[in-house]
Amino acid sequence: MRYLFKTDYRQDITLWRHRGDLFWYGLLIVVLLLIPYVLSEFYIGELGGVFVFAVAGVGMMLLAGYTGLISLGNAAFLGIGAYTEAILLAHGVPLVVTLPVAGLFTGLFGILIGLPTLRMSGLYLAIATLAFGSIVGTVFQKWDAVTGGFDGFPVPTPDLFGMPVQGANGIYYLSLFVLVVVLWLSANLLRTPLGRAMVAIRDSEISAQSMGIHLARYKTFAFAVSAFITGLAGALFAHYVRYLAPDAFDVLLSVQFVTIVFVGGLGSLHGVIFGALFVRLLPQFIAIIRDDLPFGIGRMPGLEPSLFGFVLVIVILFEPGGIYGRWIKMKNWFQAYPLKRRTSFRRQKSYARSERLR
Amino acid sequence: MSLFRADDIAIRFGGIRAVDAVSFDVNEGEVFSIIGPNGAGKTTIFNLISRIYQPSSGRLYFQDRDITEIPAYRIAGLGIARTFQNIELFANATLLQNLLIGRHCHSTVGVLSQLVFLPAVRREELQHREKAEEVIAFLGLERYRDTLIANLPYGVRKVVELGRALCIEPKLLLLDEPSSGLNVEETEGMGFWIEDIKKDLGITVIMVEHDMNLVRMVSDRVMALNYGKVIALGTPDEVQNHPEVVRAYIGGEG
Amino acid sequence: MEDAARLLQLVVNGAAAGCIYGLIALGFVLIYKATEMINFAQGDIMMLGGFFAFSLIAHFGLNYWIGALLAILLTAAFGFALDAVVLRRVIGQPQFAVVMLTLGLGFIFRAYAGITWGYDSVGFETPFTNRTINLHGLILGQDNVSIIVGTVLLCGVLYLFFSHTRLGVAMQASSQNQLAAYYMGIPVRTVFSLIWAISAGVAAVAGILLSPVSMIDVNMGFLGIKAFAAAVLGGFGSIPGALVGGVVIGIVEQLAGYFLPAGFQEVTSNVVLLATLILRPQGLFAEIAGKRV
Ligand SMILES: Nc1ncnc2c1ncn2[C@@H]1O[C@H](COP(=O)(O)OP(=O)(O)OP(=O)(O)O)[C@@H](O)[C@H]1O
Ligand SMILES: [Mg+2]
Repeated sequence: MRYLFKTDYRQDITLWRHRGDLFWYGLLIVVLLLIPYVLSEFYIGELGGVFVFAVAGVGMMLLAGYTGLISLGNAAFLGIGAYTEAILLAHGVPLVVTLPVAGLFTGLFGILIGLPTLRMSGLYLAIATLAFGSIVGTVFQKWDAVTGGFDGFPVPTPDLFGMPVQGANGIYYLSLFVLVVVLWLSANLLRTPLGRAMVAIRDSEISAQSMGIHLARYKTFAFAVSAFITGLAGALFAHYVRYLAPDAFDVLLSVQFVTIVFVGGLGSLHGVIFGALFVRLLPQFIAIIRDDLPFGIGRMPGLEPSLFGFVLVIVILFEPGGIYGRWIKMKNWFQAYPLKRRTSFRRQKSYARSERLR
Repeated sequence: MSLFRADDIAIRFGGIRAVDAVSFDVNEGEVFSIIGPNGAGKTTIFNLISRIYQPSSGRLYFQDRDITEIPAYRIAGLGIARTFQNIELFANATLLQNLLIGRHCHSTVGVLSQLVFLPAVRREELQHREKAEEVIAFLGLERYRDTLIANLPYGVRKVVELGRALCIEPKLLLLDEPSSGLNVEETEGMGFWIEDIKKDLGITVIMVEHDMNLVRMVSDRVMALNYGKVIALGTPDEVQNHPEVVRAYIGGEG
Repeated sequence: MEDAARLLQLVVNGAAAGCIYGLIALGFVLIYKATEMINFAQGDIMMLGGFFAFSLIAHFGLNYWIGALLAILLTAAFGFALDAVVLRRVIGQPQFAVVMLTLGLGFIFRAYAGITWGYDSVGFETPFTNRTINLHGLILGQDNVSIIVGTVLLCGVLYLFFSHTRLGVAMQASSQNQLAAYYMGIPVRTVFSLIWAISAGVAAVAGILLSPVSMIDVNMGFLGIKAFAAAVLGGFGSIPGALVGGVVIGIVEQLAGYFLPAGFQEVTSNVVLLATLILRPQGLFAEIAGKRV
């Protein structure tokens, strides 16, 4: 077991705990940069998809995992980002402009939905965002003058500094870049007063207020940031799918984003990556084993969503810490091996906290 | 030299007059206790001061400034901190993070500089950290620094909540039943801390408390409430022997 | 005259659809009042109820009334088991977890129904199918009328149950104050499971009443989203509110479909929902309050 001796307050605010961490993160980046030279195009494409979903997952994590605000409408943000990107590119705006604009424009929608929902408690918020999501989805379908309706909308190939960003590799590097930037910004956020205010709101609004935290301001901020990041993911998504269909941005997609944060582990950025890997690779895995499954289960049309549902149920019932939580526990177990403590595997008992006034 | 003054404040919930025409002032540097049977309206007074409830009549003054219309989130910035009767900590954060959230009202850096973590942000973070460490040392919480609140025993959480309030560097500290749920020794420890807070840190304290030993140990003055009304105000001994107070406690409903 | 009749027809159809929303919403409200959870799978439970009835009536050839009754009981038992086996475990976890849990359950129910009954719409013969009533020239489908009448009857039964039976009163007590009810010797956990059973049973009634109008299929549970609008409009704590909310939503939706351009009907309920939450979050029948410290 590695003991960490702290000798300086600065150690707690750097992004890595010791040099080892820095080394591993660096190595990971190098490997990720080299991967396209090793793997086949198919896997590069899949990994690109994982990055896109991871970006959207970060947006969801900041909102749900850190601020405790439930959103079942983030697919709408993704859609707004995607259409903004595609439409701007079709008008000849360069990528370096469209990408941030897609994020910022979606961020405005985040404020739009954030403001009226400030006074709502968790459950109302879930319902309100669900409604928002389905309204936006209907608009995508019916407003064909702008979105092309069910004919779809082809996404132009963007140029970056004169080079076309295309193919699996192009999307891969672009998404990786955006993911790293977004993770860096979020990690910064989480070690500053902003992030702590979000956590405070999540855990107790009443005392957050008494600590001087302006609830409305920070909740709106959380929505804006979440929408901004999801909008960026939407722009990437547009390039990833290359053809926008209006019914892609439905409730199921929103549920997938929530699954990312739940399965990965609420309240951790590492969890987002695990969750995105899971959510993107599960369908692939099913596709591979589809024909080997008994009783024709593999050809069942609802297989994928039901598996998502099933995994969600299992995770919530048995491992609320998600994959990342399980990983930490296993790591501790191995490090402490002969001295394993049963208690570290036992669930913390929590009691019903009523939000109601009696 | 009154630091805080409540002038004829009242609030009702449905038919209940939870606080009814209550007036008092608290002098700078004193420990002012509020006692009274369950449901007397003690916590409600705290909620009125910290602006969670809006009084239906009356005014509140802090440092001669009318704070009756000020929103709840600005109260900490003025220098009023509080604890809660049933502990309202940030349960899924570490002790240190909880204390740092207490520093929120002292942060001055802008959103964008936080997002890119400018050197100014780093500098300010270190200052907050130093203050939090001071509080940790003051309350002897070193060994729990990186523990999640959810994993701390109840008694320690009570102390953490006190610590979080101290991180605000308040001029006025509101303690809602600081000893509830603590054993005799812990309660005594709490008493010493309250004395230190008053003497060493120079913070004025309003305390709601049921434990009369603790009240007598630390209070300069005591106010007794019943059914939202003040029934006695004076030194601890005066109030404890006041016939109305005796009747409120023994007679219960009478 | 022509127009007035047309309008009346729309209102009746809307009211019928609204009764269905109201019944689903009623399930939300019962569960919410008792356990502070929202069951996002309520619509899918309605779907299951419909399919149970389909199996019993169309497959096993039971009489409509007997089949319907059995299906309702079966769905209620399912609701009871769902709470006793799954949902009881998440009491005390954040509400977010409950939302996702019930959403996940909804996906599972849909897949289960898909495997068992297939993905095509099915229906069964009811006494109300394809029949009409002629009221002084106003022609109404018996299916729609049966929904309205059935809802009114069911509400009467529920009202009597909650106000006049020991169990009903115990349920009300447990919903208002768990701890006090517990100390009075009410087995609160079982009572909660029974509340889930009633909600599921009510959902099954909705599914069965709806079947002559719109058939039964795997995705009919998405009506649940519209029922949220009903519940929110009604104040999410009030049972009459849920029904009134449902009827209002149903009628507004029909009128929007008739008077507004295509596409507006789909978003009506959601727009009403958001507007309610923004303008009058306590709903028409307020029963909401903040947290107390
Ligand atoms: N938000 C509220 N809504 C309705 N009634 C309330 C509310 N807050 C307090 N009350 C009522 O006001 C009265 C005073 O409550 P309060 O919490 O101030 O009592 P207290 O003196 O702190 O009692 P305890 O010693 O039990 O903490 C009680 O009758 C209580 O039920
Ligand atoms: Mg109290």
